[in-house]
Amino acid sequence: MADNSAQNRAEHWRKTRNLTILILVLWVLFAIIIPYSAAALNSMSFLGFPLGYWFCVQGSLIAFVLMIWFQNWRQDAIDDEHGVSE
Amino acid sequence: MEGGFTKNLGKVYALYTLGFLVFFAFMAVLESLGFSAETIGIGFLLFTIGIYALIGWLSRTAEVDAYYVAGREVPAVYNGMATAADWMSGASFVALAGGVYFGGYPYLGFIVGWTGGYVLVNSLMAPYLRKFGCYTVPDFIGTRFGGNFARVCAVVVLVVASFTYVTAQIAATGTIAAQTLGVPFEYGVYMGLLGIFICSMLGGMRGVTWTQVAQYIVLIIAYLLPLIWMSNRLGYGIIPHFSYGEGVHRIAELESQYGLQKAAENIAGVSVLTTPQNAPSGGGWKMITLAICMMAGTASLPHILMRYFTTPSVRAARKSVAWSLLFILMLYLSAPALATLTKLNLLDPNLPTSIIGKPFEEVSALSWIQHWSSIGMVAVADQNGDGILQLNEFFMKPDIVVLATPEIAGLPAVISGLVAAGGLAAAMSTADGLLLAIANALSHDLYYSVIDPKADTRKRLIVARVLLVFIGVAAAYMAAQKLTGILGAVAWAFDFACSGLFFPLVLGVWWKRANAAGAIAGMVAGFVVGSWYLYMVFNGLMDPWFQIDHLRFGIIGMPASLIAMVVVTLLTPAPSKEVQDMVDEVRIPSGKTILGSH
Repeated sequence: MADNSAQNRAEHWRKTRNLTILILVLWVLFAIIIPYSAAALNSMSFLGFPLGYWFCVQGSLIAFVLMIWFQNWRQDAIDDEHGVSE
Repeated sequence: MEGGFTKNLGKVYALYTLGFLVFFAFMAVLESLGFSAETIGIGFLLFTIGIYALIGWLSRTAEVDAYYVAGREVPAVYNGMATAADWMSGASFVALAGGVYFGGYPYLGFIVGWTGGYVLVNSLMAPYLRKFGCYTVPDFIGTRFGGNFARVCAVVVLVVASFTYVTAQIAATGTIAAQTLGVPFEYGVYMGLLGIFICSMLGGMRGVTWTQVAQYIVLIIAYLLPLIWMSNRLGYGIIPHFSYGEGVHRIAELESQYGLQKAAENIAGVSVLTTPQNAPSGGGWKMITLAICMMAGTASLPHILMRYFTTPSVRAARKSVAWSLLFILMLYLSAPALATLTKLNLLDPNLPTSIIGKPFEEVSALSWIQHWSSIGMVAVADQNGDGILQLNEFFMKPDIVVLATPEIAGLPAVISGLVAAGGLAAAMSTADGLLLAIANALSHDLYYSVIDPKADTRKRLIVARVLLVFIGVAAAYMAAQKLTGILGAVAWAFDFACSGLFFPLVLGVWWKRANAAGAIAGMVAGFVVGSWYLYMVFNGLMDPWFQIDHLRFGIIGMPASLIAMVVVTLLTPAPSKEVQDMVDEVRIPSGKTILGSH
């Protein structure tokens, strides 16, 4: 099963890298762009909260957990597909 | 703790949680029988420290693997809990809600920063460092880049960052012990230190892991119970997290009604509320610069990274990052709710607990005002002489918001005892992890790897323990000098860590071309430039650039580190074929760890 060819390794790393880049883009969105724009978002309301405030105290935090679960789910699949999981 | 223990973790900790709740009920009964709040507080402290000591003693070990990485047999969920306790320090438990209470929007940078960092830990660091199979973070730097100089640089950054941090934690244990036991702060500090030693000295990482799980359970119960109680009273339901939005609006109303003004006359050590709860306009830059430093710092702080060395596999390491963040959110989603509800309790004239706008005589006779004023943590002063307490005449030390909340809300004394035990658990668990990170780096990376590579197991573990005691005492001595507030010192630790270690660690995995000279340049430049900026700005020798104050100096240190590392790497030869193959090997989960013999 374990295909140790350089090509398989390279393919595995390419997919791993792309997944990581996707996660980092989402991270920039939820950790930097949205909190930075809190003032603008506050004109909207969510669950009774001003939206910008809600993102800083809950929304972004929940997004972080979901991102980590999502990445791990995809990464496990990538590892299995290339036969490099433990 | 034999093999049977790790198989029965669920049962053991369920029983423990039950036991703790029974103890809590017992204390509540004692209170109703007329025992004093002091007795109950002491009961909580002695009972919880006793349990931690017992776990520490049962986990004693003479094996190197168990001492440094808990035998690499900690299941993902439990490692998640231990990481959460390791992570949530006195700052998170004791000071965070107070920061939100007083600091408003810019301080939310701590909330976003201390959670978002885990995305970086998971995607950039933890799985790869676990695959590497190192004992410590400098172990990775030393082996990946080669050479003792790189290793020693990493040790220096680690020690400075972690020592700054541990000082704040020991100060927090001192504050709580002093406040509950009624002894001077300096004694409290050394008593806290004793508790910390009991957990970490005999069992190393193994002892610390299993006490941290126990400490997480105590601290999360202690944080949530008063919040739920208070929320019920104020009519926000059992879970206030999704319903306190109205409270945020109400506070904005009250703030404009009372007016947020500076105090007529300042009182040392305590402050009045001047920053609105939710007014982000123009604060975005301050908020995200803080968040970025905290996030990069999270991903570079060795006491967190080394927790992921204890899992059985790479996949388990990733899984346990997800669990860690989930357990951390239990507290982080609650801190702003707590700050909001406490503020309502004090400000809203419709509530019986409110003090603003009440006659001055009446307020100064309240027992919680008297209690906290007597130790200089709260002050009321009728500075305009109208006999009414105004918003800018109520002074409080931000660090005590959480500890004082049960009394402010009029909850029974048993809750205050519980909160003190929780704060102590939070500060102790982080101090354990930090002290171990420092002592292990010195014993493994400096003593064993550089000074005496032939030392036998027994000698290595003796050196590790002696260093632990020595560093602990030094940190307690520093803490007793009361140099900075809890939140300030903690922010510095993150800035030191991200300035010196973030890019060398990330590029060590993600950039095959990175070499030893580059890594050394990156660590030295980031650390030196960051420290220089801190020194200049903190001492007022220079105006901050772009409003980057001393809490955010990582924003200056990190780019310096990145540029130096990339430039020097490109000017010097690429690393050898073996090193490049090693990096390839780190990038896949299967196969042997790099440092297989460890």
